[in-house]
Amino acid sequence: MYSAFLVGKAPNDGWFNYMPLGDANFSPGINIDFYALGLIFMGISTTGGAINFIVTILKLRAPGMTLNRIPIFVWGELAMAFQIVFALPLLTLACVMLALERTFGFHFFNAAAGGDPLLWQHLFWIFGHPEVYIVVLPAFGIASAIIPTHVRRPMIGYTYIVLAELATALIGFGVWVHHMFATGLPQMTSAFISAASFMVAIPSGVQVFAWLATLVAGRVVLKTPMLYIFGFIATFVIGGVTGVMFSSIPFDQATTDTHFVVAHLHYVLVGGSVFPMFAAIFHWGPKMIGRMLDERLGKLSFWFVFIGFNLNMFPLHILGILGQPRRTYTYEEGLGWDLHNLLSTVGAFIMGFGVLLIIINWFRSAKHGEPAGDDPWEGETLEWATTSPPAHYNFVTVPTIRSKEPMWDQPELTSEGQPLEDGGYALTDGHTTLSTSMLDAAPQAVVHMPHDSTWPFWLTCSLLVMFYGMLLEFAFVAVVGGILSALSLVGWFWPRGETQET
Amino acid sequence: MIDAAAARIPEDQLPRHTHGPRAFGWWGMVWLIATEATLFAALIASYFYLRFRSGPEWPPGGIEDPTLGLPLVMSAILLSSTIPVHLAEKGIEKGNLSRLRWGLGLGFLLGAIFLTMTLAIEWPEKLHEFSPRTNAYGSMYFTVTGFHAAHVLVGLAFSAWTQVRAWRGAFDETRHLTVQNFALYWHFVDVVWIFVFATIYLSPHL
Repeated sequence: MYSAFLVGKAPNDGWFNYMPLGDANFSPGINIDFYALGLIFMGISTTGGAINFIVTILKLRAPGMTLNRIPIFVWGELAMAFQIVFALPLLTLACVMLALERTFGFHFFNAAAGGDPLLWQHLFWIFGHPEVYIVVLPAFGIASAIIPTHVRRPMIGYTYIVLAELATALIGFGVWVHHMFATGLPQMTSAFISAASFMVAIPSGVQVFAWLATLVAGRVVLKTPMLYIFGFIATFVIGGVTGVMFSSIPFDQATTDTHFVVAHLHYVLVGGSVFPMFAAIFHWGPKMIGRMLDERLGKLSFWFVFIGFNLNMFPLHILGILGQPRRTYTYEEGLGWDLHNLLSTVGAFIMGFGVLLIIINWFRSAKHGEPAGDDPWEGETLEWATTSPPAHYNFVTVPTIRSKEPMWDQPELTSEGQPLEDGGYALTDGHTTLSTSMLDAAPQAVVHMPHDSTWPFWLTCSLLVMFYGMLLEFAFVAVVGGILSALSLVGWFWPRGETQET
Repeated sequence: MIDAAAARIPEDQLPRHTHGPRAFGWWGMVWLIATEATLFAALIASYFYLRFRSGPEWPPGGIEDPTLGLPLVMSAILLSSTIPVHLAEKGIEKGNLSRLRWGLGLGFLLGAIFLTMTLAIEWPEKLHEFSPRTNAYGSMYFTVTGFHAAHVLVGLAFSAWTQVRAWRGAFDETRHLTVQNFALYWHFVDVVWIFVFATIYLSPHL
């Protein structure tokens, strides 16, 4: 998909690609074909990844890691993967229809031939709204992973947070029409969706209050990751509040397609997702590179990012109320919007500088940072029980877990490996790992893991050939790519050695 | 605190091969089916969405209601293919390789007949009357049945793969995860056909 930029043919109808603007009449050229085909392929790979996550979380946990001892971050990933499994097919289908309509003249969205442009919006947003939670749920999980370590006490309300994450994942499927309140749907439909949209704020509220309670009850150690988490809570709550405002249909209709929406979605996505990811860089960075990131530079970057972001996005709320429309690239002077737009631009540059500081910090610390040791934050979860960076086998012995905070409750967990008499599994017969039962993670089998292989690489190359064959409408090339892909799959799964048994 | 669940089982007492719900390949197939089922649900929902958004006449534009004779025969052939596949799976659970081989073979044959009838008889007949470019009904007809046919094709390829392995003697009563996964997928393709048939062939008569 990114190769579209190289030839100057990037998709040019916005990320939602509304019909009929995106059809072959109004958007000739291959820009939108990049979009349709690229998203089909990415959707398939994303689904594959999600299934991998689900099965790994259900079947490959450390022994003793019962359902109620799974770290909240992992629960967040699981909720996200569930959403991907059920949301992505809608986008895939929409893009298949789009490709068929553009390339072969099928009719799905063309009203003159019995189609309906709104079908695109429905399919797109049934995927698109869960997608918002696909983006933020892992980030919420990151917050719930970082907070206990940096306030030196277990999360308050573990069960409620987990239930809230799963509830968000579920309710997130029932709110897509709130992106379409201005399309003239029946009032009854809109009313139901409005109610569901109000409701989806509740699980988010549960999580916010659990974070606050843990912060109050613990003793905060204010390092850079924690600073970013504070920034996350502040900005996400602002974005959440404007989000609740949109659930009210009259307010939504008054602000649809204005910069108020732009401000809201950036507060939710940057506040809710990007800030936790920056926190994660500083929290887990030492585990990845084996060296601490520079604390002074880190704190400095936070203030640039935080102030820059708010200066960048807050004025857009006001601009939206004043009526500045979105999806327009420039405006005339003298409409009373100039000052706010100027402030916003200045903010964007400040934030950009903050991100630059993070990048500089990463590369400088990777070379010159202080050695991190196995457990620089005295964290509570298992990743701190192995070396930084971890060896490719992760753990010397696969440890048995007896607590939700194993590193705080099981002193025998060190990078030397859990001793066998404390429950460690040495797994001496080669390239294997332990498969455990779904609910209470009792050991079930020793399973062979696949070895390194070049076949996935050949599959990728073949898929690329197929993709360009389809994109440029060279049927022969596409078919050859397809056959090569099938052959690569056969090669990849051809039983050899230890994997013979399945 | 030590749970019963985490009580240590020495690793040399744990099995090296798993199948059914203990194997993660099995769960991978279950979730693949979940996502594929969502895809078909979305297709069928789109069909009805377009139907209810168009006028009272359906199929529109003077297209006849679909005839049921041939599709009923095709349905019988496809659905009956579930039985030999099931017997093949039960067979290998008892270590019976020959039942596995003929069950998979018969299932493959029935599936191939179904696919041939779709491509060689049913579609050309419809193409005389309308094409995917005629209107939204035509597009939906060929897209929904096309998606299903593509799944039958994948199922046949999967069956061929499993049969090659069966003839090489790769399976026995403890090692047959591939057979189980194929059977799951094949039953799924059959069950989806019931919904496709009801949508495409039965619902226009209502």
